[in-house]
Amino acid sequence: MKQSITLEKVSKFMGFGFLTTLKDLFTGKLEKEDFINFLRKVVVPLASILLFIGLWQLGAEALYNREAEYKIQTALTDQGPEAAEAMKACIASGDVSCQPNTLPSPGQVWDSYQSLLRDHQIIRADKAAFIEKTAALNEKRIAAGKDPITYTGRPSFIDQIVMSLKTVFAGFLLALFIAIPIGILIGLSPTLKSAFNWFIQIFKPVSPVVWYLLVFMIVKTILIDSTEDSSFIISFISVGFCSMWATLVNTAMGVASVDKDYINVAKVLKLGPVQKVFKVILPSSLPLIFTGLKITLSVAWMVLIAIELLAQSPGLGLFVWEEFQNGANDSNSKIIVAMFVIGIIGFLLDRIMLTIQNWVSFNKSEAI
Amino acid sequence: MAYLELNNIYKSYGQGDAETEVLSNINLTIEEGEFVAIVGFTGSGKTTLVNLINGLIQPTSGEVLFKGEPVVGTSHERGVIFQNYSLLPWLTVGQNIYMAVKEAFPKKTKVELNEIVKDYVDMVGLSHAINKRPGELSGGMRQRVAVARALSMKPEMIIMDEPLGALDALTRGNLQDEILNIWGKDKRTALLITNDVDEGIYMADRIIPLKPGPKATLGPEFKIDIERPRDKTEMNDNTNFKETRNAIIEYLMEIGNDRKAEAQEAIVLPELEPKSFVGRFN
Repeated sequence: MKQSITLEKVSKFMGFGFLTTLKDLFTGKLEKEDFINFLRKVVVPLASILLFIGLWQLGAEALYNREAEYKIQTALTDQGPEAAEAMKACIASGDVSCQPNTLPSPGQVWDSYQSLLRDHQIIRADKAAFIEKTAALNEKRIAAGKDPITYTGRPSFIDQIVMSLKTVFAGFLLALFIAIPIGILIGLSPTLKSAFNWFIQIFKPVSPVVWYLLVFMIVKTILIDSTEDSSFIISFISVGFCSMWATLVNTAMGVASVDKDYINVAKVLKLGPVQKVFKVILPSSLPLIFTGLKITLSVAWMVLIAIELLAQSPGLGLFVWEEFQNGANDSNSKIIVAMFVIGIIGFLLDRIMLTIQNWVSFNKSEAI
Repeated sequence: MAYLELNNIYKSYGQGDAETEVLSNINLTIEEGEFVAIVGFTGSGKTTLVNLINGLIQPTSGEVLFKGEPVVGTSHERGVIFQNYSLLPWLTVGQNIYMAVKEAFPKKTKVELNEIVKDYVDMVGLSHAINKRPGELSGGMRQRVAVARALSMKPEMIIMDEPLGALDALTRGNLQDEILNIWGKDKRTALLITNDVDEGIYMADRIIPLKPGPKATLGPEFKIDIERPRDKTEMNDNTNFKETRNAIIEYLMEIGNDRKAEAQEAIVLPELEPKSFVGRFN
C-alpha cells in the first residue's frame, strides 16, 4: 500500500506543524477545537515576535537618547554652549555625520537589509557586465594558454552567505568522513576506545580559535609553495575539526550500545563482520549518529563565524568583522542583519537535518 | 549416540563474591526427531540454558554435544526463535528473512533465495505483509516472521525460547498448531522452552521441569503419551493428559513452595493484637 504524501504530512515531518493550521485557517476548515490550537501555534508566536520587536524598539530608543545626551554633554564641556546647540540640531536633523552610534532600531535594521539586497543587485549587474565585456578577451587568452580574467570585485552580502554555506558544508563533510569511521571503530573495539579516549577527552573542549591556529600552522607549511589563497581551506578544516566531536562520540556510543538482541541475531545468522557492521550495527545506531551529526552541523555553523573572522576567509563572519571595523553609520544595523541571517540559516540547517534523520531512521518505539 | 547431549553443565556469571550461579548439574539428552519441552518459572535460567545450547554462550564447566561434537558457537544447523522476536526493525519482513536465507545458502542465486523467502512467508500466512516493517505488524505477526526466519534456514533442530510468551491465548493456540505442523512435516528435532505447562503437554513428547535458580537444575522428566495429532478440546477429557498435567503442576508448586519457604525464613512478623472493637460499630 502506497502512502499518499500530503502537505500536512510533509510539514509535520519537517516540524512545521503550524503551517497546516495556517492553511486550515485560510481554507475555512478550522473546527472549534482547532481554534485553541491555532491560538497556541500561530497567534502566540506572532504576539511574542511583536513583543520582542517592541521591546527592541524601546531599548534602542533609550540607548539612542543616552548616547545623544552624552554627545551633547561632551560638546558642551569641551567646546561650549554653541557647539552643544549645533550638535543638538545636527542630531535632530538626522545628519549621518553626527548620529549616535548604538544599537540600531528594528526599522534601521530593515532598511539595512533592503540596502544590502539592492547592493547585491548592483554587484550582480556589475559582474554580469564584466563577464560580458571580458568574454571575447578570455576566449583569446584561453586559446593562447593564459588564465582567463576573473571578476575580482567586492562580494555582495548574498555572495558571502553562499561562501559561508560552502565553508560550513565542506567542514561538515570533513567532520562526517573523519568522525563516523573512527566512531564506528572505537565503538566496536574496547581496545581502540581506550587508545583514543584520552585524545577525544582532551581535544573535544578545545576552542575554535585554537583549532584555527593549529590548522593554520600545519596548512600554511603544507601549502608553502602554493600561491592560491589558502584561507578557505584553513577555515573549512578548522570548522570540521571543531565540530566533529559530537558525531565521533555519538557514533561510538551508538555502535557500542547496539541492542544485544540484534547482536544475537547476527550471531545466530552467522553474519560476517562486514555484514554485521553494515546490516545490523550501523542501521541500529543511525538515530544516535544523526543526533551527533545534527549537533555537528549546528556547532559548525556557530564556530564558522569566528573562524572566518580569524582566517579572513570571505563569508558572513568576515562580513560582520569588516562592518564592525568599518564603523559606518549603518554598520551596526548591518551586523544585526547578519545576526538574524546567521540565526535563521542555523535554524533551517537544523530542520533539514531533522528531516533527513526522520527519513532515514526507524522509529525507536517500533523496535523489536 | 544422542543427538543433543548436555553433560554436567554448570554456568555462572561473575567471579569471586559476585559470582551468581545460574545453572548447575544439568544433564539432558535429546534424540533425533524428538520434541522436548522444558518448563520453568520466569527467572529460573531458561534463557541461559537456551543460549548454551544454541552456542551464544559457553558453559563454565561441562559440555554441550551436538551430534557428538562440542558446541563452540552458533550454527545454521540449530535455528533459534527468540523470546522477543528480535526482528531487525529497519528491514521489511521479506528482507529480514532474506538476510537469514542468504547466510544459510550462500551459493544460491538471488532469484532462488527470493523464492525461498516467498515460500516461508507464505507458510506463515504473511504474504500480504512481506513489504511491511516489523513496527507495522502485531505481536503475533512478528512472531510468525521470527518463526519463518528460523525455519527458512532449514535447521536440523529448532530451539524455541518462550516463543509464544507475549501473545494472547488465541494467537498462541494458532501458532502452536502451526509450529507443530511444520515440525510434523519433516520431523525435525525441537526444543521448546516455556512457562506454560499446557503448552508443553500439547506440543512435546517429553516435559522436563527446570528447578528455579540460583543453581537451577533439571527435575524428573514426564513422558507425554498422547497420540498425535493432538486436539486441544479432546485433550481436556483425556485422563492421561489430566494426570500428567496435575503431576507436573504439583511438582512445580512443590518446588515453588520450597523456594517461598526458604525466602520467608528470615522474616519475623511483629506481634500485633487487635484492639477492642467494642463500641466502634454500633
